[in-house]
Amino acid sequence: MSTTASPPAPGETQATAADALTLSGVDISYRVRRADQRIVRDVSFRVARGESFGLVGESGCGKSTIALAVVRYLARNGRVSAGRIEIDGRDVLSLDRADLRRLRARTVSMVYQEPGRALNPSILVGRQVAEVYEIAGAPRSEALDRAREILARVRISDPDGVMRRYPHQLSGGMLQRVVIAMALAAEPSLLILDEPTTALDATVEADVLDLILGLRAEFGTSLLFISHNLAVIAKMCDRVGVLYAGELVEEGPASAVFGDPRHPYTVGLLRSIPRRDGGARAPLQTIPGSLPTPGSVAAGCVFAARCGLAQERCRAETPAVHRIEDGCGERGSRCHFSEQAQSLPIHSIVAPDSARIADRAEPLIRARSVSKTFQASGQRVRGLHQVDLEIAAGETVGLVGESGSGKTTLARVLMGLTAPDPGAEVTLDGRPLAPLAGARTAADQKALQIVFQNPDSALNRRHSVRRLISRSLAKLGGYRGEALQARLQALAESVRLPERYLPMRPSQLSGGLKQRVAIARAFAGDPQIVVCDEPTSALDVSVQAAILNLLTDLQHRERVAYLFISHDLGVVRYLADRIVVLYLGRVMEIGPAQSVLDGPHHPYTEALLSAVPTLDDSDRERIRLEGEIPSAADPPAGCPFHTRCPRRIGEICDTTEPEMRVQAPGHEIRCHIPVDDLRRLQSAGGGAPSASAGR
Amino acid sequence: MSIEALPVESRAALSAGAGDLRRQFLRDLVHQKAFMIGATVLGFWVLAAIFGTLVVQDPLAQNLSAINQAPSASHLFGTDQLGRDVLARVIVGSRSILVTAPLATLIGTVLGTVVGLSMGYFRGIVDDILGRFVEAFLALPLVVTGIIGIVALGASDTTLIIVIGIVFTPLIARTVRAAVLVERDLDYVAAARLRGERSLYIMFVEILPNVLAPITVEFTVRLGYAVFTIVTLSFLGFGLQPPTPNWGYDISANVGAVTAGYWWEVLFAAVAVATLVIGVNMLASSIESALDAS
Amino acid sequence: MAGFVLKRLGLGLITLWLLSLLVFFAGQVLPGDPARAILGPLAAPSAVAALARQLGTNQPVIDQYGTWVGHLLTGNLGTSYQYQAPIAPLLGKALGNSLELALVAFVMVVPIGILGGVIAALNVGRRVDRVISVFGLSATVIPEVVSGIVLILVFGLWLNVLPIQAAWPPGAGLGTQIYHLIMPAIPLALILFGYIQQMARAGTVEALASDYARTATLKGLPRGVMIRRHILRNSLLPTITVIATQTGYLIGGLVLVETLFHYQGIGTLIYNAATSKDFPMLEAGVLVIGAAYMVATLAADMLYTLLNPRLRLRGVE
Repeated sequence: MSTTASPPAPGETQATAADALTLSGVDISYRVRRADQRIVRDVSFRVARGESFGLVGESGCGKSTIALAVVRYLARNGRVSAGRIEIDGRDVLSLDRADLRRLRARTVSMVYQEPGRALNPSILVGRQVAEVYEIAGAPRSEALDRAREILARVRISDPDGVMRRYPHQLSGGMLQRVVIAMALAAEPSLLILDEPTTALDATVEADVLDLILGLRAEFGTSLLFISHNLAVIAKMCDRVGVLYAGELVEEGPASAVFGDPRHPYTVGLLRSIPRRDGGARAPLQTIPGSLPTPGSVAAGCVFAARCGLAQERCRAETPAVHRIEDGCGERGSRCHFSEQAQSLPIHSIVAPDSARIADRAEPLIRARSVSKTFQASGQRVRGLHQVDLEIAAGETVGLVGESGSGKTTLARVLMGLTAPDPGAEVTLDGRPLAPLAGARTAADQKALQIVFQNPDSALNRRHSVRRLISRSLAKLGGYRGEALQARLQALAESVRLPERYLPMRPSQLSGGLKQRVAIARAFAGDPQIVVCDEPTSALDVSVQAAILNLLTDLQHRERVAYLFISHDLGVVRYLADRIVVLYLGRVMEIGPAQSVLDGPHHPYTEALLSAVPTLDDSDRERIRLEGEIPSAADPPAGCPFHTRCPRRIGEICDTTEPEMRVQAPGHEIRCHIPVDDLRRLQSAGGGAPSASAGR
Repeated sequence: MSIEALPVESRAALSAGAGDLRRQFLRDLVHQKAFMIGATVLGFWVLAAIFGTLVVQDPLAQNLSAINQAPSASHLFGTDQLGRDVLARVIVGSRSILVTAPLATLIGTVLGTVVGLSMGYFRGIVDDILGRFVEAFLALPLVVTGIIGIVALGASDTTLIIVIGIVFTPLIARTVRAAVLVERDLDYVAAARLRGERSLYIMFVEILPNVLAPITVEFTVRLGYAVFTIVTLSFLGFGLQPPTPNWGYDISANVGAVTAGYWWEVLFAAVAVATLVIGVNMLASSIESALDAS
Repeated sequence: MAGFVLKRLGLGLITLWLLSLLVFFAGQVLPGDPARAILGPLAAPSAVAALARQLGTNQPVIDQYGTWVGHLLTGNLGTSYQYQAPIAPLLGKALGNSLELALVAFVMVVPIGILGGVIAALNVGRRVDRVISVFGLSATVIPEVVSGIVLILVFGLWLNVLPIQAAWPPGAGLGTQIYHLIMPAIPLALILFGYIQQMARAGTVEALASDYARTATLKGLPRGVMIRRHILRNSLLPTITVIATQTGYLIGGLVLVETLFHYQGIGTLIYNAATSKDFPMLEAGVLVIGAAYMVATLAADMLYTLLNPRLRLRGVE
C-alpha cells in the first residue's frame, strides 16, 4: 500500500478525505480452541474530522476489540476478517510495517483504562514523554523541553517535578494526564480513548473529562471515545454508536440517541439506569435474557431473543441499518421496527412496596469512636478516625466516599474481619460485639452478614453453587437434611436463581448470577443487617438494575437493614434512607438521604454530586476539585478536606479540624462554614446540583 | 425472571453439561503433543518395570566368558564387565527408580502441602519460624543435603526415599505457601470466617482445593527432579546396593570401562535416564499449560 | 538500603545458624557413634573408646556443639579426620578450584541463556520458541551424570577434541586450565541454560503483553528500539534472581561433575568426606556452601533493588 491518499472506498459508508476514521463492514474474529469466533460483525461508522464519536456498550460487546483493530494491535489470534478501516483516508489494514509505524507515530494515538500500567515502570516519566518527540526526529534536549511544554498544557502544575519521577510515584489522575499528554504530543488527527476514566475516582474523573473536552477544542483532534458509561458518553460525544453483541445496533447524534432512542436495546439500556427523577426505589427496569454466544445467531436480529417487540420477522431476517429521517442529523438503527422501539414493554420484577419501615426507635447496630490505624511499610496509615454510626432495623444507610476514604475498612471492622483500634465500641441490639468475628456468638454471626464487591473472590471457585449455599444454611441457619433442601429451594427462588444452576461452579455463571449466589448466602441465616460492599460495581448497568431490584425486594420481605457502600451516588440516591459521606477516614456528613442530596451540604459532598455526569442534566454548572486525594498515611492538618476545598474560608480550615455541626434534625456536617453561608453559596454559585436541573 | 448474560467463554463449557470443566481440562491435555510423548515414554518404562523380566534375559546372570562384548544379535546392548546382558539391566533397572522417585515425591508433596498451608494461612510467627527452616534447607543444593541425610541414616533405598521426601518438603512448602497467601486474601475465606468456620476447615476444605493446581504441577516437576537426584546419588554410591540393576549405580560401576572403548556399558543406561526425566518433564509442562488454560 | 542489607544479613546469619545445627546433628548425632562408624563394626571396643576420646565425641552432644561453634567463630574450622590436617587450607584451595569451574560455566551460559529466552519470547508460539523451550526444559532435568557421560564419549573419546580429565598438568596457564574445564562446565551450563532461558522467556513474554509495551508500540517506536528500551530492562530483572539462586544448585552440581571428571574442588571434598566419615570436613564444607549461597542471594537482591525504581525509592517518598 502506498502512502499516497487512496481514493474513497466503495462500501456502505462513503469515506471522504475529511473523515478522521472510517469503518466499513468490519468483521473481527478470534481463533479460540481451534475454531474461529466472530466477535464483531459488520460494523460501519465514521468519525468526521474534529468530531467526537462515542462507542457505548456493555462488557463483551466488542468495543475495545474495535479500538485495537483500528490501530492494528489485535492479539495474535485475532484478525479483521472482512471490511475496511481507514484513518485519514488511508487503508490501515494494508499498510506495511514502516507505514504502520509512521501512522501510529503521527496520525493516531490511544489512551486506555489503567494509566498505571500504560507507562513503563522503570523509565522516568519525562523520558517517556520526550520519546514521542525523539521519534519525530527532535534531539534529546529539545524533546525534553517540548515534553515539559505538553505536560504544562495538560495542566500539570509542576511539569519538571513530574518528569523526574517514576510512574509509581504519581497518582492515577496525574498518570492519566501524562498518558494523555503523550498521546497528544504528536498532535494526532485521531485520538482513541478506551475507558480513560473508568479506573479513576469520581472527582478525579470529572477533572480529567473536563481536561479532555478542553484539549479537544484546543487541538481540534477527532475523538473515538469508548465507554460503558452512557452519561460519560453523552457528556463527551457529538455522535454515538451503541454496540450489542458485536453489532452496531444504533448510531446517531448523542442527544438524539439518548433522548429519542430507536433501537429496543438502547431503550432497555437507558431505562435500567437509576434516575434522579425516578422516585425512591421505584423498581428499575431490566433487560431479560442473556447475551448470545458469538456466532450463535445465524439469522435474524442479534437482540431478538431478549426483545419484547420481537416478531417472526426479527428471528428470520437480519435487519439492515434503517436510516432515520427525523431532522436530528444522520442516524440509523439496525431494527425492523425502529419507529416502535420506545413502545418496548416495561420489564421489571418487583412490585414496589412504597410503605417504608421508619421505626428508628432503637438503633440495631451502633458504632462509637471507631478508629483504625494500619502499619504500612513503617508508616502509620489512618484508615478510620473516630467514626460514629448507627443503623436502625430495616433501614438502608448509604456509605459514600472515594478511594482511601475508609469505607471498606469500616465494613470490615463492623463485620469483625479487622479489629478496630482500642477504644472503639460496637454494639448489636445493645449487646457489645466482639472485635473479631471468630470471637462472636453464633447469633451475632448470623445477624450480621456481607455481600462482597467481587463475587469471583467471594465465592469459592472449587465449590458448586449448591454446596456454597448449603454450607451457609447449615452453619448460619442450622438447617439439616430435608429441611435444608427445602430451604435451599426457597432461598434460590427468592434470589431468582434457577435450579439448573445449582450443580454448577461459579466460573460457569455470569457476574449477575454469581452475585445472586453471594446474596443468597448472606441471607441464609435470616440476617438483621447485611453490609453490601459495592455489590454492583463490577456489573453491567442492565445487570446492576436487576441486582438492585433484588436487594430492595429482599429488604421488603425480610425487614433487613443495609449498609450500602458505593462510589456511585446514583445508586446510593436510589437506595438509601440515610447517607454517610467519608473522606480520608472521617465522616464529613451524615443525614437523611434527601436532606444530604438537596443541601446545603458539605463542600465535599457538593463536589461529589457535581462530579458525576448524569443523563438528566448535562448542562449543570459544576464545582471542580483541584489536586489529588491526599495520602491517608499523611492526612492534612486541620480539616482533612482543606487542600482541595473550593469553599475554603481561611486559616481556620488549615489548622483546626471542624466538629460535626447539626444542619437539620439528624443531618450533621463537619465544616467551619456556617450552615446559612453554605446554603447561600451553594444555591448561588454552583446551584444545589440535585435541586436545579440546568439553568 | 431475569437471567443475565453468561460470559462468552463459559457457554461452550455449559453446553457440554455438568462435570465439564474436568473434561475440558482432559481435552486440553490430550491435544498437546508434549503430553502424548511424555505419557508414552512413562508408559513404556512402567510396562518395562512390570513385565520387563518376561521379555529380556536374566539381568543378574554373569557370563565371564562373554564380558565387555559389543552390541550384537545375541546381546542387543552388549554385555558389561561381568558379562551380564546390558539390555536386561537397563530394562529391569527401571524398577527401583519407578518405586523410589514417586514415593519420595509423594512424601515431599504431602508434607510440603501441610507445612505450606500452615505457613500461608497462619502467617505471623508460624510463618517466620518455618520460613527460616525452609530457607536453611534451600541454602543447600539437593545433592549435598541428600549426602548428609544418607551419611546420617545409612545408604539404602528407604533412606533415599525419606531423604528426598524431606528435602522436597521445603521446596513444595514454599510454592504452596505462595499460592495460599494469594487465596487467603480472597473474600471467600473472609466469608467462611464470618459463618464461624474453624481454621482447619478453612485450610483444608476451602483453600486446599484452590491450590491443587500448583501442587499438581509441583508434584510432576519434582518427580522429574526425584529421578535426577536418585540417579545422581546412586551414581555416587548412596542407593540400592548391587547386584540389583540400577541405572545410576550401573553407570558408575562401568564408567571406568569407557576409556577402554566399552561405551555401551554406560551409554544405554544414560539414555534410559534421559528419556525418563524428559518424559516426566513433558508431562509436567503439559499439565501446567492445560491447568493454565482452564 | 543500609537497613535492608543489615536486615538481610541478620536473617542470613540466623539461617546459617540453623544450618549449622542441622549439619551438626545430622553428621555427629544421627549415625550414632562416629568413632564406631569410622573404625567399622569389627574394631575393638577399646580402640573405639580411645578414638572417641581423641575426637571429643565422648563429651555430651551440647558440649560438642558448643566447642564446634566456638571454634567456628574464631575461624577454626577444625581438623580433618581423614587427612589429619587443618580443614581451612584444604577447603580454601578446593573452593578456589570450584569457583573457577563455576565461573567458566556461568560465562558460557548466562549470555546464551538470556539470548535464548528473549528469542523464544519474541517468537512465542512459533517453531523457534518451541525448539528452544523444549530444549531448555529438557536440559534442566537431565542429570549431569548423563550429559557428562555422553560428552566424554563424544568429545573425549570419539572425536578426541577435549580432555576427559578436568585436572590440568601442574603449572598450566589460564588458557590450558579453561581448556580443561570446558567439558566439565558443559553439563552445568546445560542445566543452568534451562533455568535462565525459561525465566528470561517468561519475563519477556509478560513485558511484551503489558500495557506499557502497547503504549511504546503505538507511539510508533521501531520494534527493535521498543524491545531494547522498554522490554528488556523490565523482563530481565527477575532473571538476575534466578541466576543467583542457581549458584546454590551449581555447587551441588559440582559434587557430581567433579567426581566424574576427577577435579579437586569442594564437591569432591564433600563427597570424600561423606564416604570416609570425615564429619568435621563434611560440616565445614556444607557450611561454606550455605554461606556462599547466602552471599549470592543477598547480592542478587541488592542488585534487583538497585535496578528496580519501585523498590529503590520505597521509603523515600
